[in-house]
Amino acid sequence: MSIFDNPFDTENPLSMGCNCGRHRSQGEHDREAQVALQCVPAESEDERYEGVVASAVMRAMFPQDVARRAFLKSVGAATALAAVSQFFPLKTATEVFAQGAPLEKKDLKVGFIPITCATPIIMAAPMGFYSKQGLNVEVIKTAGWAVIRDKTLNKEYDAAHMLSPMPLAITMGVGSTPQPYTMPAVENINGQAITLAMKHKDKRDPKDWKGFKFAVPFDYSMHNYLLRYYLAEHGIDPDTDVQIRAVPPPEMVANLRADNIDGFLGPDPMNQRAVYDGVGFIHILTKDIWEGHPCCAFAASKEFVTTMPNTYAALLKSIIDATAFAHKPENRKQIAEAIAPANYLNQPQIVLEQILTGTFADGLGNVVTQPNRVDFDPFPWQSFAVWIMTQMKRWGQIKGDVDYANVASQVYLATDTARLMKEAGFTPPETTSKSFAVMGKTFDPAKPDDYLASFKIRKAS
Amino acid sequence: MASSLRFRAAILSVAIFAVFIGAWHLATRSTAPVTTMSPEYAKLMGLTATQGKSAMPGPLDVGAKLWEHIKSPFYDKGPNDKGLGIQLGYSIARVLFGYLLAVVAAIPLGFLIGMSPLISKALDPFIQVLKPISPLAWMPLALYTIKDSSISAIFVIFICAIWPMLINTAFGVASVRKEWINVARTLEVGPIRRAFTVILPAAAPTILTGMRISIGIAWLVIVAAEMLVGGTGIGYFVWNEWNNLSITNVIIAILVIGIVGMMFDQILARFTRMVTFPE
Repeated sequence: MSIFDNPFDTENPLSMGCNCGRHRSQGEHDREAQVALQCVPAESEDERYEGVVASAVMRAMFPQDVARRAFLKSVGAATALAAVSQFFPLKTATEVFAQGAPLEKKDLKVGFIPITCATPIIMAAPMGFYSKQGLNVEVIKTAGWAVIRDKTLNKEYDAAHMLSPMPLAITMGVGSTPQPYTMPAVENINGQAITLAMKHKDKRDPKDWKGFKFAVPFDYSMHNYLLRYYLAEHGIDPDTDVQIRAVPPPEMVANLRADNIDGFLGPDPMNQRAVYDGVGFIHILTKDIWEGHPCCAFAASKEFVTTMPNTYAALLKSIIDATAFAHKPENRKQIAEAIAPANYLNQPQIVLEQILTGTFADGLGNVVTQPNRVDFDPFPWQSFAVWIMTQMKRWGQIKGDVDYANVASQVYLATDTARLMKEAGFTPPETTSKSFAVMGKTFDPAKPDDYLASFKIRKAS
Repeated sequence: MASSLRFRAAILSVAIFAVFIGAWHLATRSTAPVTTMSPEYAKLMGLTATQGKSAMPGPLDVGAKLWEHIKSPFYDKGPNDKGLGIQLGYSIARVLFGYLLAVVAAIPLGFLIGMSPLISKALDPFIQVLKPISPLAWMPLALYTIKDSSISAIFVIFICAIWPMLINTAFGVASVRKEWINVARTLEVGPIRRAFTVILPAAAPTILTGMRISIGIAWLVIVAAEMLVGGTGIGYFVWNEWNNLSITNVIIAILVIGIVGMMFDQILARFTRMVTFPE
């Protein structure tokens, strides 16, 4: 359940009802899709902040969805809200959250890689989410993940867009010198796909993929782990049966066209771009591998967090606001228009629209509708970090004993970040871990080593 | 006769160019619509998929796009979208700055090495080791130590431009005719004055040749450096358009880089002619 859903709503089902999972029934889903086409007036900012704060408090008190519902059902939502405000100063908290404290620094630089994963970071600039918090943020397109890392360490960037395994790898000193990093927000969930070259359109069974050459954007990326997971579940050993290379996203499409690779698990817009240019087709969306998996992240150096807490809080608020805005399907078309120009993603608008709205050409002649092809939900669940570390260990990127819980809590919700979120009026959910299933296999974050031992295909360590 | 040769060469150049453009145009023509697609599906696809348009742009596409760039070279639509003129301006400024720093460091040092066999022998191992290092190999180190990407780019220009100038200056100074230096010595000219009035004019053509090689290398390197650090400049422009898979803009950038490089070279060639004298 997304943290943006209204926790006072007892009607919203806990299990999925329609094909996008956000509505009670297919009928309601269709109605909303209809309404989304018309212009819906945005709720006032104050109301929105009040809602955010009240939701956070409610969630903190009843972290379990089922228990909260039982309580709400017995007393009613209005009474519950009144009861909560009795012993929690909701109004004050909202004011503190909305106004914030004086900013230490107003002109900030935030780096990003031009892929749709960066949507909230980018759109917050043209759509005014930064300026609403009194910040003057310049979002700067950056050539690669290593450059982003270096420029954040250099303090040229105050914060940056990163891959969600990167802060873990950097903190543990895998593939770089160890540096404590914080990741206060996940940028996007879902939003990737496996794209194959047109010549393989009859080879849809992964068992036939022996000898294939695949590309992923970075070794420490969800793309790499998801592709390896998917292949291994189909009995293909990703280290011996196929070749997986790290290739920058734009070169993925060019290599696919040149017949140099057979496919890639890449970030959008590159999957849709391959379809748009007629060189590939979408084999499977990553949401069908792991529904709700994290992908990219918003990361800041620990020094920035500690020396400029107010600026950091304001920045985080802008990101969370923007993420909440991007979460709503009815805003997606507008977002596609805002981020398409050369200053941001520099892509044809129709390509971005297909990705963000989830109505897209699959490259095989079908128009597919998958509204949560990409979604936006910022909460950095620590169990995500634990899962990522099990995969790092599974494929031999880290060796020996790993203190999963400790690293996860350091990076994915640093104590500092939790304190700042509270100061800002947010209450991070009390549970920092949740269970989830990847390709039908449930992951218990409390037993990572058992999970790891259950895989037949993995690198001998 | 000379003018007729020039005339004939010009005609041949134009003919080669026309053949090249014609072949390019023919090779990249779009074919008929590829397959039948439902109109709803076709709306979501690009021209390469629906019209069978070649992924490689033709000369007309490049020409049209180039005209767009020439019409508004100095627009500024935010930190990541600036006109071609502004991007070139950034690159040229970086190259000139790094290059001038290299001139200031290399020429006095080259003089010293050329005039003193002791220093020449002492510095030789260092120069031999540092000279063959690819400029871009310095980039990670520069980023890490200087902690500023645009200064790092300038540093990379500096480090790659310095060697040809240093070596040529040293060579030019060392091979000034002994007779001229002896004449100066006989006339009791002081060492400073000797350096400026005898050695410098004699070595100037060699020094300028070194400078000409250096500026060429500096211009080669800036594109790669800017692709790596991003931000602004013509190298960043190429990277940004590559991200967008816009081969048209990449071709335009290549053309512009070639023209600016040629201009740099011609300017220094003119300087070289100015200081060359018949013996």
